[in-house]
Amino acid sequence: MRPWKRSGRGSRARLVATLEAPEAAVLRGLVGEVRQMLAERAEESPADELAELTGMRTGPSAAPEDRVLARLLPDFTRGDAELAGALRSLHEPALIEAKDAAAATVLDALPEGGGRVELTPAQADAWLAALNDVRLALGTALDVSEEMPDELPPDDPRAPHIGVYHWVTFVQDGLVQARMSVR
Amino acid sequence: MHGATMEVMTTPLPAPTRQVDPAAADDAVADTPWQAIVWNDPVNLMSYVTYVFQKLFGYPEPKATALMLDVHHKGRAAVSSGDRDKIEADVAKLHAAGLWATMQRT
Repeated sequence: MRPWKRSGRGSRARLVATLEAPEAAVLRGLVGEVRQMLAERAEESPADELAELTGMRTGPSAAPEDRVLARLLPDFTRGDAELAGALRSLHEPALIEAKDAAAATVLDALPEGGGRVELTPAQADAWLAALNDVRLALGTALDVSEEMPDELPPDDPRAPHIGVYHWVTFVQDGLVQARMSVR
Repeated sequence: MHGATMEVMTTPLPAPTRQVDPAAADDAVADTPWQAIVWNDPVNLMSYVTYVFQKLFGYPEPKATALMLDVHHKGRAAVSSGDRDKIEADVAKLHAAGLWATMQRT
């Protein structure tokens, strides 16, 4: 990967990087998986007739049982289950939509066979959110902690996967730094 | 929070996206009943969390960094306050950015 750099200034500012083909494939795969998980969650609560009529969509009031989904779609409150359920029901459809749109922005801008990626600042913000969702999903699945060493002992079942997590961290952090340099 | 790099502390930062009159903001903090709380988690990057605070709330870089460090060291920080509708919207935006946020009465 050729890391993120800013190109141009003002309204012409772009964030540019080049990804190798295997890197693009890995990233597309991860973003696609998160998107799929969220789509399945959304399908659990199909829009009813009342929602069609009023345009007021409601989602489930219960938090996902799956801990990766639960981290991507957190409760709005602690200690008030009734309010948390009501707010989840109200906000979850739009939250899933926002995450899906961010994921789509990555897939649209990232060539399948790898190559140059050029983002407007707004597209970069969507990439940051989607990369963060991938890291939340991987980090939750891998039980990442702040004390965890960069490399795990070879007999740790997570050892083969932690490299991907660190790589996505590198991609996201580079994009944050480049994005912050755009005024 | 994951501290991949600390360069954020010295990197030039974008101008606030929302101008807040400091006096008005202080008044709002004094007599409004809800807060948005961001909780520490082991995944979110310090650089990204700082950027999100600047982008969503228009906070200048020193304030965004101070809030990020509060989250990191104290485990949580109140990042905005106001009436319930405003804080509900703030928490929704924080969730869209991937931060672990909740709302509570002050």
